[in-house]
Amino acid sequence: MTLALTAAERALLEGSGGPAAAMAMRIVAEAARLMGAPSLVQVESAHIDGCLYHGDSGVHFAERLVELGGRVAVPSTLNVGALDLLHPGRVRFDPETGGMARRLMAASEALGCKPTWTCAPYQAGHRPRLGAHVAWGESNAVAFVNSVLGARTNRLGDFLDLCCAITARAPCYGLHLDDARRARLVVDARGLSERLRRLDAFYPVLGAFLGAEAGSEVAAILGVPSDTDEDRLKALGAAAASTGAVGLFHAVGVTPEAPALETALGGAEPERRVELKPDLLRAARDRLSTAAAGSDVIDAVAVGSPHFSGSEFHALAALARGRRFRVPFYACTGRGVLTEIERAGLLAPLKEAGVEIVVDTCVVVAPILPPEAGVLMTNSGKFAFYAPANTGFATVYGSLADCVASAAAGRVVRDERLWS
Amino acid sequence: MVLKGRVLVAGSAEGPLLRMTAPLSFWGGVDPKTGRISDPRHPQHGLAIGGTVLALPEPRGSSSSSAVMLELIARGLAPAALLLGEADAILALGIVVAGEMGHPTLPALEVAELERLPEGRVRVDIDGSIRAG
Repeated sequence: MTLALTAAERALLEGSGGPAAAMAMRIVAEAARLMGAPSLVQVESAHIDGCLYHGDSGVHFAERLVELGGRVAVPSTLNVGALDLLHPGRVRFDPETGGMARRLMAASEALGCKPTWTCAPYQAGHRPRLGAHVAWGESNAVAFVNSVLGARTNRLGDFLDLCCAITARAPCYGLHLDDARRARLVVDARGLSERLRRLDAFYPVLGAFLGAEAGSEVAAILGVPSDTDEDRLKALGAAAASTGAVGLFHAVGVTPEAPALETALGGAEPERRVELKPDLLRAARDRLSTAAAGSDVIDAVAVGSPHFSGSEFHALAALARGRRFRVPFYACTGRGVLTEIERAGLLAPLKEAGVEIVVDTCVVVAPILPPEAGVLMTNSGKFAFYAPANTGFATVYGSLADCVASAAAGRVVRDERLWS
Repeated sequence: MVLKGRVLVAGSAEGPLLRMTAPLSFWGGVDPKTGRISDPRHPQHGLAIGGTVLALPEPRGSSSSSAVMLELIARGLAPAALLLGEADAILALGIVVAGEMGHPTLPALEVAELERLPEGRVRVDIDGSIRAG
């Protein structure tokens, strides 16, 4: 398929917007060509995931765009960096690596992006309207903006999100189009007890199951209670985008493109139906724990992937009240939410219990956890999935209440009755 | 035996076939400093992907995999070629950006029936043909 560009897009390629915009347009057009997109679509906003240091090559790319006079053309938020800029010393990098990580964050800001430094930009004021075309990176943010807000983006890789922000264009294919947003797979969770479906700990596990089952397919999920809050949907999407390539899911009766199953399916028959039975769910839950079964040792607890919201901090503060943690307890969040909970008077009681708040970054992308790898307990499907490879820690998955009780006891305390 | 892939990034290369037996996210799954599979849950944990014709039947995981691909290329640790069961704007894009930054690139193809490729050495040509031996 050949790619048709508008006159304005061709002009950008030829340098009308300067050399950085031309380079960005070459990359966007090449991405469109390799994905078979017939055209580009104008986007309203971007979320950029290229500000996390993975090596010097990414720093050189961002700095090249700055040198060439690059500037984002649409409102653009930034994902996590590799440093906690508000708490220097929290991330244990050697000076050289820390310096490169800082340079990448500085270059991202110099391109005109907002220094939000969060993987939950949708809880930092960046909320595109239903049906808006956007260009977002960061797999959990993509899942949320598509599924929960009903805006439209593909799962953009690092660099492409930034190039889309500079050109205000994205390749027009896939999740920008109605047909690809239609569910092909139905996951029926209605056979599970309602009590289970009302637990916070259910959602990361449902997501982990969904990602493994769906791959990159769009699923419609039956059995999510209609009053499920967005923190739970965020946990579901983040886990699904970790264990699979899920960019969009529909929770029937909850998310905006799925008032009913028929709407989510676009009037067609599903290609596949899967009934989520208790044993499948328990298997998905067990895959989130890599620590030796039967051992109750933990060395640290981490929550906040995706970054904790204000209401998640309120829940944590309520559970932690009057307790003193025996192991390090990290809660990762964005600087916007930090300001919000500071105003709400939550910082002192959280600190008193032993919660260490990490901002701008998180414990699986930067060396923050204790240097001696051990066992990490978490309520996040995404942390549970990525911690073993990224940090060397084995994982134990539990609810937020399990995490707090375990941190206070200094050993794993899980309420197994929840899963029966 | 010859298979034909759809060219995502053009090029020719040769190397031993390394077929992923489970989905692999480059971010969190491949160490950009060593080019080895670093996810301890992956059945091929520890294998080096550098210089191989890497066959990935299913895409998975993080959008940061583009950055890991670019870093592997910049360090000379990238696969010789990439064969994807489904076109993926994430890994192939890391190769496109590498080209913009003046690094060598590698061919990436979308290939149906990846399972038909026999083990052993594989040659990828600029027109998207893939030959065993």
